[in-house]
Amino acid sequence: MTELLVGTRKGLFVLEGEPGSPFDVTARAFAGEPVEFAVRDQRSGRMLASVTSPFYGPKIWYTDDPAGEWEQADGVALPEGGEAALERIWVIASGEDDGTLYAGGDPGVLFESRDGGSSYELNRGLWEHPSRPRWQPGGGGLCLHSIVTWPGEPDRLAIAISAAGVWLTDDRGATWRRGNDGLVPRYLPEDVPDDEIALCVHSLNRSAAQPERMFMQFHGGVYRSDDGGESWADIAPGLPSDFGFPLALDPADAASAYVIPLTADTDRVTPEGRVRVYETRDAGASWTPRGDGLPPEHAYLTILRQAFHQTGDGGALELYFGATSGGVFGSGDAGASWFDVATHLPPVLSVSAGQRE
Amino acid sequence: MASVRLRGQLKRLAGDRAEHSIEGATVADLLLEIERAHPAASGWILDERGVLRRHINVFVNGELGGMDTAVGVEDKIDVLPAISGGSKRR
Repeated sequence: MTELLVGTRKGLFVLEGEPGSPFDVTARAFAGEPVEFAVRDQRSGRMLASVTSPFYGPKIWYTDDPAGEWEQADGVALPEGGEAALERIWVIASGEDDGTLYAGGDPGVLFESRDGGSSYELNRGLWEHPSRPRWQPGGGGLCLHSIVTWPGEPDRLAIAISAAGVWLTDDRGATWRRGNDGLVPRYLPEDVPDDEIALCVHSLNRSAAQPERMFMQFHGGVYRSDDGGESWADIAPGLPSDFGFPLALDPADAASAYVIPLTADTDRVTPEGRVRVYETRDAGASWTPRGDGLPPEHAYLTILRQAFHQTGDGGALELYFGATSGGVFGSGDAGASWFDVATHLPPVLSVSAGQRE
Repeated sequence: MASVRLRGQLKRLAGDRAEHSIEGATVADLLLEIERAHPAASGWILDERGVLRRHINVFVNGELGGMDTAVGVEDKIDVLPAISGGSKRR
């Protein structure tokens, strides 16, 4: 049984089903509230959700039963008495150590939990980085939206911030260095100094099969790194547009990536009124549209940064994405064919997929 | 002491009690004391900077007030979500 946690502008929806047919809504939580991100920690079974009440501010909640009570996590705040306030939590990711979780948010902040998500501490190395005063927010804010870990290396992390680029650490966040070589921000003048860091990364992910390989959807570009995020090569040629937000990978294939191009930053809808996911199986040398079962015409969808995820791998890879128009689409055969998972949800902000017994 | 009245989620977080008698000279004094006495409510009314959240309104004897509004022992203070709430993105 596949489980989807779908964060929407009007609450969290838990969907369950088998690929090929619409899923059932088995639980709803935070009715009426924007749920920006939700994920189940596959190690503990705990669900975690980021909710930003327009009245009461951003919080992280957790539960072991999505239909039951949720508890508010402690420590999800910036230092008291400062000049900044936490605006939003964009992502929650499992760490490599048992019980370790990370949460990233706006304004470009990282939190770490050592107790399975019950409480968090602000990463001071990033918060106090000397370059922070020069960081510029993207259109969605100064959002830390991607967190990548490496198996067997719990002190190593890569994060991405829009628009402060990629940052790498080998000492669990005590110190950070940039990982932006090769990125070309076409929206900046060519003579901007190299240390200019207005780099609008939209999504970052790492291959499970080849840990040093990473893929990135940029604000105008799709990139691959073969050195753990130190440097990047453009692999966008062949796509109908190099603009988009989310990406997904097949854990079994280091040469795989899936992106959902949008027309342009000035027109953030699926190109030509057709919904298609683009797949590469040769590390970006070529791209193939995958749209069998997706809306073929008069379809101008917007798919947000966290609204695309996968579960399984290889021939059993399942892909799921949601649109701001309330539809959720799925594939149970690695993108070869697609089906409607849900058609009338509120605007979808995030999708997280997993397997349940 | 001034009387601070909370509703909904704020009431639940503040010991599930609607009325709180608190000493203080300004609205800020009262709200800080609410958060001190009820840690579960910390961060819900004021953000980390100590700033009143954008869509929370404070009324002093029925008139819209702010953090610096002076309060007296007979005053009644209502803390409630603004009907203008939400965001442009919604």
